[in-house]
Amino acid sequence: MSKIKIVNLQKSFGDFTAVKNSNLTINDKEFFVLLGPSGCGKTTTLRMIAGLELPTSGEIYLGDEEVGMLRASERDIAFVFQLFALYPHMNVKNNLSFPLKMQGYTRSEIKTRVEEAAKLLRIDHILNSNISSLSGGDRQRVALGRALVRRPKAFLMDEPLGTLDAEFRELMCLELKKLHIDIGATTVYVTHDQLEAMSLADRIAVMDGGEILQADEPSVIYNKPATKFVASFIGSPGMNFISIDQGISNEQSTLNIEGTNFNIPKQYEISKGKKNSFGIRPENLSLTNEGGLKGSVFGVEYLGSRKIVTVKTNFGEIKVKTDISTSVKINENVQVKPSNDNIIIFDGETDKSLKSEFMN
Amino acid sequence: MDTSRSYLEPSSFSKKLAATIIIVYTVITLIPISWMVMTSFKNVNSAISYPPEVLFEPSLEGYVNLFTNRSRQSQEYLDSLPAPETWYEELVRSREMVITGPSKFLGRYSNSMIIGFGSTFASVFLGALAAYAFSRFRVPLKDDLLFFILSTRMFPPIAVAVPIFIMYRKLGLGDTHLGMIILYTVVNLSLAVWLLKGFMDEIPKEYEEAAMIDGYSRLQAFFKVVLPQAMTGIAATAIFCMIFSWNEYAFAVLLTQFNAQTAPPFIPTIIGEGGLDWPAIGAGTTLFLLPVMIFTIILRKHLLRGITFGAVRK
Repeated sequence: MSKIKIVNLQKSFGDFTAVKNSNLTINDKEFFVLLGPSGCGKTTTLRMIAGLELPTSGEIYLGDEEVGMLRASERDIAFVFQLFALYPHMNVKNNLSFPLKMQGYTRSEIKTRVEEAAKLLRIDHILNSNISSLSGGDRQRVALGRALVRRPKAFLMDEPLGTLDAEFRELMCLELKKLHIDIGATTVYVTHDQLEAMSLADRIAVMDGGEILQADEPSVIYNKPATKFVASFIGSPGMNFISIDQGISNEQSTLNIEGTNFNIPKQYEISKGKKNSFGIRPENLSLTNEGGLKGSVFGVEYLGSRKIVTVKTNFGEIKVKTDISTSVKINENVQVKPSNDNIIIFDGETDKSLKSEFMN
Repeated sequence: MDTSRSYLEPSSFSKKLAATIIIVYTVITLIPISWMVMTSFKNVNSAISYPPEVLFEPSLEGYVNLFTNRSRQSQEYLDSLPAPETWYEELVRSREMVITGPSKFLGRYSNSMIIGFGSTFASVFLGALAAYAFSRFRVPLKDDLLFFILSTRMFPPIAVAVPIFIMYRKLGLGDTHLGMIILYTVVNLSLAVWLLKGFMDEIPKEYEEAAMIDGYSRLQAFFKVVLPQAMTGIAATAIFCMIFSWNEYAFAVLLTQFNAQTAPPFIPTIIGEGGLDWPAIGAGTTLFLLPVMIFTIILRKHLLRGITFGAVRK
């Protein structure tokens, strides 16, 4: 296994730039997730690491070797496709041994390795089955098996759970995580599903518009998003934003919105312009009778352990995650205020979060 | 109301109607073919008798005549010969003739085999490679090229017979197996490229990407992963190519005389005494029909099988 490093990686298709000047370092044995909406360049980045696309410029290091311009077959990586891409004209055993046959292993070595992988993935009882007779989960396991028989330098996975139904996806998620812990393989995993990303990843890189916006541990991505996009994309529901028409100065620790003063974490950065936004996650807000933003209840969603109350204010709809005991009626007048200082100010010009006592 | 029957299922009346139409059509199609097979088992007289004989005494005379050259001899000469050793010698002698040697039919038949299968293989092989390239790569002017390839089928091939005749004379390709294989391949290739491109487009490119990641080159991936999955398309294309080059008559008449003459121009020229030897012609066409029939039956299971059998979820 080895670490993966991409330096100033760029990929254009004609006029369209799919990946812009990206830099990343994926550590050895790390489970790294590329997360973003469709068309954000995450799959293109993965395919460049795999060698299925050649970069327009930039370098890709696999271990210490620069592999950017090598063919896929020369890179010693494994790839799990979203649609599995199991060879339909071969049975499970032949699918698993297909990568080994090319590398000149003896028949008995191939047999041992295939059986080893099959045992690990609990598919040893279906080795002689046809691909077409397998269930989605078994196909997924065979696809994983084909990737790991070769003991490659890294695993690349392109939304491998995307076609499974929800119940199965959770199960496979657990299995994947366990497998990763067992074999400790460097893994790059592409998904648009934030829950999948959060539960699997050691670190996540959030991408949008071909750029890597933030690469960090899931809790940091969630709590301290680097940009407004990351803040809104991660979390369900996403972060609330309140536009404020005032600049932020150094050491500022209160903010006046609609005549009410709110405490904010002490700011360490001056905003570029006068149009900024105030971001706060729904669980860091509470409903109150006074001293908050005025609004009326627009909707209540019951989530079992929590309720999400949507409050219509002059600043748009604000979502508040409240206790199950909170009872509010539609159109009731309420006020919303922060319950702690997990507050982030986003610069209106750069969309980046400003440094503060909280965002340090 | 009868709810046991699905509304997607045709009613029993429409099923019966469909069956009737198919049976009538099949019978109409089979009449000339069965007439041909019947003729091959008649003797020279009953083949041309009027009104036509539907019930007749079967004879293998046509087949014997097809494979042999014979000459008429006087009764005295025939009597002086030793007794016939085989049933076909006996049959020939009963017509007051002796066998003077094998006919050219077997040679022409094997020419047809070599040229037919040779050009079918070449068309499918080259067609598959071209179709793959058109399907997967960013070929400059792809659409124009595809249209250009198709445009070679917009006129009847025989329209260019004269230039091809002259070209083949100059190149020394006239009356050669290679020349005929090239000619039929060129005619079939446009069809092969178009048919196979459709099938190649259906095969997800992830398969060969997976194979390339598994350490295979693109060409290896093509042969090991793409071709096996394109078998349906290859079978269909091969049948079309085979039928064309097997049955082709006009170019065969024009360009071949001795070495590479195929069966189609040969069979109608089988002349017996006093005109065409219809039973022999019937026998020749019956035997000529067999290879294409067997070839189609062998490949039929590929035609009926689905393209991708469930390894990719769509």
